[in-house]
Amino acid sequence: MLAFIIRRALQSIGVLLAVGIIAFAMFRFAGDPVNQIVSIDTPAAEREQVRRSLGLDDPVPLQFARYVSRALTGEFGVSYQFRQPVADLLGERMPATLELAICATVFSLVFGILMGVFSALKRESFLAKVFQTVSLIGISLPTFLIGILLIYLFSVSLGWLPSYGRGDTVRLGWWTTGLLTWTGLQALIMPSVTLGLFQMTLIMRLVRAEMLEVLRTDYIRFARARGIRTRAIHFGHALKNTLVPVITIVGLQFGSVIAFAIITETVFQWPGMGLLFVQAVQNVDIPIMAAYLMLVALIFVTINLVVDILYTVVDPRLRATIRQPA
Amino acid sequence: MLNRPTLLAAAAATLLASTALPAMAVTLRYSNQGDLKSLDPYTLNETTTLAHHGHVYEGLTRRGKDLKIEPALAERWETSPDGLTWRFFLRKGVKFHNGNAFTADDVVFSATRVRAQGSNFQTRIPTTAEFVKVDDHTVDVKLKTPNPILNYQWDTWYIMDKEWSEANNSTSPTPASATTPSYAALNANGTGPFTIDSHQPGVRTVFKKNANWWDKADHNLDEIVFTPIGSDATRVAALLSGEVDVVEPVPLQDIQRVNSSPNAQVLTGPELRTIFLGFDQTRDELLFSNVKGKNPFKDVKVRQAFYQAIDIETIKTRVMRGLATPTALMIAPELVTFSKEFERPKYDPEGAKKLLAEAGYPNGFEVGMDCPNDRYVNDEAICQAVVGMLARAGIKVNLMAQPKAQYFAKVLKPGNYNTSFYLLGWTPGTLDAHNVLHDIQGCRDNPQSSRGESNLGGYCNKQHDELTDKILVETDKAKRDEMMKQAFKLATNDFSYIPLHQQALAWGVSKKVKLVQRADNQVLLYWARKEP
Repeated sequence: MLAFIIRRALQSIGVLLAVGIIAFAMFRFAGDPVNQIVSIDTPAAEREQVRRSLGLDDPVPLQFARYVSRALTGEFGVSYQFRQPVADLLGERMPATLELAICATVFSLVFGILMGVFSALKRESFLAKVFQTVSLIGISLPTFLIGILLIYLFSVSLGWLPSYGRGDTVRLGWWTTGLLTWTGLQALIMPSVTLGLFQMTLIMRLVRAEMLEVLRTDYIRFARARGIRTRAIHFGHALKNTLVPVITIVGLQFGSVIAFAIITETVFQWPGMGLLFVQAVQNVDIPIMAAYLMLVALIFVTINLVVDILYTVVDPRLRATIRQPA
Repeated sequence: MLNRPTLLAAAAATLLASTALPAMAVTLRYSNQGDLKSLDPYTLNETTTLAHHGHVYEGLTRRGKDLKIEPALAERWETSPDGLTWRFFLRKGVKFHNGNAFTADDVVFSATRVRAQGSNFQTRIPTTAEFVKVDDHTVDVKLKTPNPILNYQWDTWYIMDKEWSEANNSTSPTPASATTPSYAALNANGTGPFTIDSHQPGVRTVFKKNANWWDKADHNLDEIVFTPIGSDATRVAALLSGEVDVVEPVPLQDIQRVNSSPNAQVLTGPELRTIFLGFDQTRDELLFSNVKGKNPFKDVKVRQAFYQAIDIETIKTRVMRGLATPTALMIAPELVTFSKEFERPKYDPEGAKKLLAEAGYPNGFEVGMDCPNDRYVNDEAICQAVVGMLARAGIKVNLMAQPKAQYFAKVLKPGNYNTSFYLLGWTPGTLDAHNVLHDIQGCRDNPQSSRGESNLGGYCNKQHDELTDKILVETDKAKRDEMMKQAFKLATNDFSYIPLHQQALAWGVSKKVKLVQRADNQVLLYWARKEP
């Protein structure tokens, strides 16, 4: 078991290194960072001096090696645009992104399960068809379009919700939260819906399909035959059994919710890591780009690692195969 | 447990208590597409940043609503007859936000700091200029050569407090390669009309009124809340929904919608930036063309043909939706006295064809064009229009539109001027024509000199350069203006560039707010008044 975990951890490090190498190879195509640091009428000599001081003259492999060796000591460099340590900037932005991702996930779970159960039980009803249509829209419309439509409806036309930003936040230690203020909660609604809509449709379709599957099984029929109340059968037995794959999917998708928050954050000017990353790309701020990509890779790798380990804990059959590798 | 009336009363009381105090407070919420990165006034020489810093910091001079130079931290100044010594008399009784007095030491200190490594403002003061403290409120600037425009850019050379900078280990600007965070990047201590209340880089900055400002305030604001909003649609939506009072810029296609809304309108006006097209006139063979063995742009007829093939009115009405001022000059007409004497050659596609035939290209030729797509107003659309117009004259243009990060990396000096035909915009930082004559139209043949560094196509006329050098040291205004006119005439007759237009400023402003739109696109809210 321990050997398995160690092997997996080593593989994860390999993945992280690969992400780093690919990222560094791509930075060369992002443009010249020096142009973003100086103004257009800066003399060439001054530009050269900036380039040298940043080590941008060195070959890419050397730049990468230097980056990795510094990163190992917890040093992620200083942002070219903000002149602040990247770790501080990301740390400051992380609560906003995590709060958004969690709210979006909760939203997608609650509504996805409710709608899925409903459309499985009342397949022929009008509302179920509405849900199906909504889910189709949710899957096919791009996120930024949904965001802008929501803004024009709820901020400009109705004036109910703020169109940008996080509202007032409360600081709890190093964490800032918008969950404790009225404006903060208002500001969370539209971004969470926008970000969670795709997950919601996914969950709804999954729950519906699983639910239909389970309702056809023998033990549900027996339960019916025994005269157990329909409600208890549906929610006590059928739903419970559909939730296992749902939870797996939600867990695995949490990483992509964080990664895809980039678009939602840009549309709503949500001050999270994704927005920081987009601005960094526009300004060729390599330290931020590198740190963000590594962080997202780390999140994905960690989630997958945890899921793998949990599976072996839950499922004894897997443990047996691990012990005797083929 | 409270009963309902008590609860209501309590709620009402809280509401009253919370509104009673700030009832008088006027908060202006402002949003720009770009963010405020660093508070250190010497790290980024860029319009939006300069304007932000100008609320907190001040220079020895400042520029008024019409861009005229006015005294600020210096009450007055005089130059010696030989033009080599400038004496500045500093304003007395001015205090920095932390209470420190403003003295000559701060000026001398700032003059050193602005020229230090890591500063993006090194050209604000000649490297050889020497700053000498005469007494606490008098400073002499000793020059090696006369410089009539020494103080033209000093409105944005902001004066910092020596003691504060020394106490906070910020005696030099934070270079981009810094490994430790900079105090001056996150904190500010100026003499200006506003103080920084809080600053989260890239998220939100709150300015508070400086009650102890030395000058009489022209605004009625107590607080400015600045939030960058990068997405155009969201920024406009925030203005329309009344969540922000001022936004810059408003995209051209949204102007109509903002103007027809009940609570906001768009302020427009010509900007100082000139948008123009340039050609590679140095290489013996163009990098991106099907003409081999020679460079067609070395022939003035070809350049003239390109110029005449461009229908500037169509670009103005179709691409810019009327929000552009066509120009025949490479500098904004507001900045020179002789703009009326320059006129564009008439739009004449047939004449262009004839010129091309005379030059030996009866069937035209192919050329690649570089164009940014996120730098100037509708930049890519202008280039597409140019492609269509040149096609009518028989020129096939292969357009390469790219984000500014890639564009500038390719076409500027560090990218070896890797272009054959390009679109660029330029505002002379000094607001003086010498900058254009030197940086854009000057010869590039001496690699040691900074002359012509932004002359991407390498246009060169020695007579023009001689005039430019005389202009730099000429102190008689009338003579100087005349020489400038001659220099522009030379470059215009050579068809060195194709000036297109001044793009328009477009600020979205709530109907509750009155403000002044200055042509350099600095959003200066210390001239803003908002209905409470």
